[in-house]
Amino acid sequence: MSDNTATESIIEQVRSAAAAKTPLVIRAGGSKDFLGRHTQGTQLDISAVRGIVRYEPTELVITARAGTPLSEIEAALAERGQMLAFEPPHFGPTATLGGTLACGLSGPARPFRGSARDFVLGMKIINGAGEHLSFGGEVMKNVAGYDVSRLMCGAYGTLGVLMEISLKVLPLPAVESYLHLELDAESALTDMANWQRDALPVSGLCYDGDRLHVRLSGADQAVAAARRRMGGEPDPRGAQFWEHLREQQSAFFTSAGDLWRVSVPSNTRRIAVQGKQRIDWGGALYWLKTDASAESIFTMAAAAGGHAMRFRGSDRDTVFQPLPAGLLALHKRLKLAFDPHGIFNIGRMYPEM
Amino acid sequence: MTEHHPSHQNHLQRVRAQSGLAGALLTIVPASAIIASDESLHPYECDGLSAYRALPLAVVLPETVDQVQAILKLCHARQIPVVARGAGTGLSGGALPHSDGLVLSLARFSNILSIDADARIARVQPGVRNLAISDAAKAYGLYYAPDPSSQIACSIGGNVAENSGGVHCLKYGLTVHNILRLEILTIEGEKLVIGSEALDSAGYDLLALMTGSEGMLGVITEITVRLLPIPDRAQVILAAFDDIEKAGQAVGDIIAAGVIPAGLEMMDRLAIQAAEDFVHAGYPQCEAILLCEVDGTNEEVSEHIASVRALLLESGAIEVRTAVDEDERLRFWKGRKAAFPAVGRISPDYYCMDGTIPRRHLPHVLKRITELSQEYALPVANVFHAGDGNLHPLILYDANKPGELQRTEEFGGKILELCVEVGGTITGEHGVGMEKIDQMCVQFAAAELQQFHAVKAAFDPEGLLNPGKAVPTLHRCAEFGAMHVHHGKLAHPELERF
Ligand SMILES: Cc1cc2nc3c(=O)[nH]c(=O)nc-3n(C[C@H](O)[C@H](O)[C@H](O)COP(=O)(O)OP(=O)(O)OC[C@H]3O[C@@H](n4cnc5c(N)ncnc54)[C@H](O)[C@@H]3O)c2cc1C
Repeated sequence: MSDNTATESIIEQVRSAAAAKTPLVIRAGGSKDFLGRHTQGTQLDISAVRGIVRYEPTELVITARAGTPLSEIEAALAERGQMLAFEPPHFGPTATLGGTLACGLSGPARPFRGSARDFVLGMKIINGAGEHLSFGGEVMKNVAGYDVSRLMCGAYGTLGVLMEISLKVLPLPAVESYLHLELDAESALTDMANWQRDALPVSGLCYDGDRLHVRLSGADQAVAAARRRMGGEPDPRGAQFWEHLREQQSAFFTSAGDLWRVSVPSNTRRIAVQGKQRIDWGGALYWLKTDASAESIFTMAAAAGGHAMRFRGSDRDTVFQPLPAGLLALHKRLKLAFDPHGIFNIGRMYPEM
Repeated sequence: MTEHHPSHQNHLQRVRAQSGLAGALLTIVPASAIIASDESLHPYECDGLSAYRALPLAVVLPETVDQVQAILKLCHARQIPVVARGAGTGLSGGALPHSDGLVLSLARFSNILSIDADARIARVQPGVRNLAISDAAKAYGLYYAPDPSSQIACSIGGNVAENSGGVHCLKYGLTVHNILRLEILTIEGEKLVIGSEALDSAGYDLLALMTGSEGMLGVITEITVRLLPIPDRAQVILAAFDDIEKAGQAVGDIIAAGVIPAGLEMMDRLAIQAAEDFVHAGYPQCEAILLCEVDGTNEEVSEHIASVRALLLESGAIEVRTAVDEDERLRFWKGRKAAFPAVGRISPDYYCMDGTIPRRHLPHVLKRITELSQEYALPVANVFHAGDGNLHPLILYDANKPGELQRTEEFGGKILELCVEVGGTITGEHGVGMEKIDQMCVQFAAAELQQFHAVKAAFDPEGLLNPGKAVPTLHRCAEFGAMHVHHGKLAHPELERF
C-alpha cells in the first residue's frame, strides 16, 4: 500500500466509524495489548502506516510513520551513532513507534535523560472527525498553538490516531559502564539521592532488594572518574541487567501475580506493601509484585504524592489511578474536543471516555 | 494597535464600567490592590512589545489564591475578559490588556514556598522572578536550568505560560522539560492540580498542554520546578568566522560529532558591533561569532572542549578562543546576553522576531533575510540560538518616521512566512500572543485551528481568558488573506474571500 493510500484508508475508516458511532480499537503491532483497560470495537489496524519519512542526524531529528517498528527506527539511529534517549521498552518484537508514544513509555534512563513526551517535537494525527491534522513540527522549539503533540503522548489513543511522529534524538554516549553495590535498602536509597544531587554521568539507578545497580554513560574520562568515586564492583552482566529491567524479562517480572507500577517523588524512600519490589528511576519508580488490593495501592500512591497503575494482571477493569472529580471532568471535555463521537479506544484509560 | 479616542459618551460609559468593576473588586481585595482609572493604568497598557497598546478597564493585584479565585468567579459571573500578567516582559503582546477587561497581575505572588534539596525541586509562586529561583537554590548546589535573557525580570508564571527557553535549552530543555506540577484556577474559579512531584501522572499530559498556553486555559497560581545540580565546570569557546554560512555549517558539525553543547549561540556583524560598543566583551571584528559552552564533570568538559576546538578550526574559523577563567567566560557571555539592549542603543526602535527553522536551512534563510532587509531598507541584526535553529532577527527602525513601523511589521511577517516555508515555525519561544496571530493562519490549516479552539473551549467555553490571542478565528484568517495551503488545497473554502 502506498503511504497515501494507507492514510486515506485510515481516514475513511475513522469517518465511517464516526458516522455510525461505532467504537474503534487502534492497533499496530499488538505488543501493548496487555496495557490499560479493556476496550472493545472494530480493529483499526495502522501497521501499514509505516516507514521512516526523514532522518537528519545533524538536526537530531527523526520523523517516522506511527506503524514503523521500533526496532527499525533504533537500527537506523544506531547506524548514525544516535538513539532514542528515553530508552523505550518494546515488550515484544512487534512494538511500533506509535504504540510506544501512545502509551508514553520510557525506560530506566528516564530520570536522567527525559521521558518519551520530552522528545516529541511534532505529530500528525487523525481526530475523531476524521480530520488529518499536524501539530508541532521538526524543530527543537515551537510554541505556535497548544502543545497537542505532547498531549497525545500517554493518552493511549483515546484522543486520536497517531499517524506520524517527529522526535528529537541524541548521540549515543561514547562509553557505557556498569557497577553494582551490595547494600541494604536504606543505604541504597541514600546513595541514589546523593548521587543525583551531583552532576554525575549516570543513566540508570535501580535497587533490586540486594544490590544497587548503576549505569554510567558519557565521555570516557567522565565515566572513569565517576566509577572511582562511586565504588562498588564492575558488573560484567550489566548490559543484560538493564535490558531485562527495561523489557521486564527478569525473574521478578516474569513470576506469577499482578505487577504494579508506582510513580512517586524521588525522595519517597519507602512504599509499604507486602510482596516484592524493584526500585528504579533513582527512587522515583517502584515496581511491585503484590496481591494487595487496588484500592490500598491507589491510596498509598496518592499519599506518597504519586500514582499507581496495574501494569500486568488479570483485572483489566481497575488499572489507572482514579482522577479527582474536577480533573476527570476536564478529561472528559478534552476527550469530546478531539473525539466528539466517542469512537477511539473507549474505556482504555477510564470508563466511558 | 489602535489608539482609542473615545467620544464623550463612550468615555462616560467607560468610567461607569470602571467604577462598577472597582466596587465589586473592593469586596475581595483592599483598595491598594485595585487600579481603575485611565490615568493610572498606563504602566499596564503593553508588555515588552510596546507597539501594541490598550488600556484595560482595571488592574487588580491580589495577594492570595483565595482572592484570585474570587476575582475569577466575579469575572465569570459578569462575563468580563481576564488577562493574566506576570512581569510584562513578553514579546508577543500576550499580556496586552483587553479594553473591556481586567488585567490580573500575579506580581505580588513573589514567594519561593519551599526548596527540597533531596527531591531537587522548588515550589514557587507565579510572580517569582526566574533568576530568583536559581539564586535561592544555589546554597544547595542546585539551579533552575531555563534561562531566558530576560531572567532578571520575567516571572516563572509567564515562563510557563510561554514555554520560555534560554541559551541553555539545547541541552537542558525548555520550561516544559523543567516543571513538574502546577496549581491552576479555571475561569470558573475551580482549583486544579496538574502533574505531581513524581516524574509522571495519571491521565492526560495536561502539564504539557498548559505549558505555552499563553494564559488562555487557566491562571497558574503555583509551580513546582525541577532543579539540577550545578555542573562542576562550564567552559566556553568563542570562534570567529569571516563568513556567516561557515559559522552555520560549524554548528551542524559540532552536533554531528556527538557533542551536545550546553549553549550554542551565534551573532552576526551588526550584533557583534553593537554588543562590543555597549559592554566591551572583547569580541573580534568579523562576519559572525559562535559561542559554544560545554559543561559537566571536569573530565567531560576537557574532552569536549578539545574536540569542539578541533572541529571549529576544521570548519574554517579564523580564530578560536577558549575562556581561560570564569571571568573571561562571563565576559564572553556578557556580549550575547546584552545583545538586545545593545541593539537598542544603536537604533531608536527594534523589532525582535522569533522564528525557528531546521538548522540546515540556516544559510538560505539568513541570505533571504539580508535580501529582504535591502528590499525594505531596514537594517537587521541577527542574534540567535543557533544550536536549536531559533532565530532572533532584530529589525532596526524608527517608530517616529511615518510608515516605518508598518514596513517593519510587513518585513517581520515575511521572515515568519519564510520560516514556515522551510519547515519551521513562526515562534520558537516568544509565543503568538497578539503579534503573530495572523501568521498562525499561514502555519495551520482551518481544521487545526478549530481543534485548538475546541481545546480552549474544554477549559474556557465562554472564551473569557485572554480573548482574541494565540489562536485566530477562521474569519480573521479569511480577512488576513494569507491562507495555509495544505496539500495544494485552500484552507477555508467555506469562507468568503475579502
Ligand atoms: C530583553 C528581553 C529578552 C528576552 N529573552 C527571552 C529569551 O531568551 N527566551 C524567551 O523564551 N523569552 C525571552 N523574552 C520574552 C519574555 O521574557 C518571556 O516570554 C517571559 O516568559 C515572559 O514572562 P513575564 O512574567 O514577563 O510574562 P508576561 O509578559 O506578563 O505574560 C506573558 C504571557 O503569559 C501569561 N501569563 C503570565 N503569568 C501567568 C499566570 N500566572 N498564569 C497564566 N498566564 C500567565 C500572560 O497572560 C501572557 O499571555 C525576552 C524578553 C525581553 C524583554
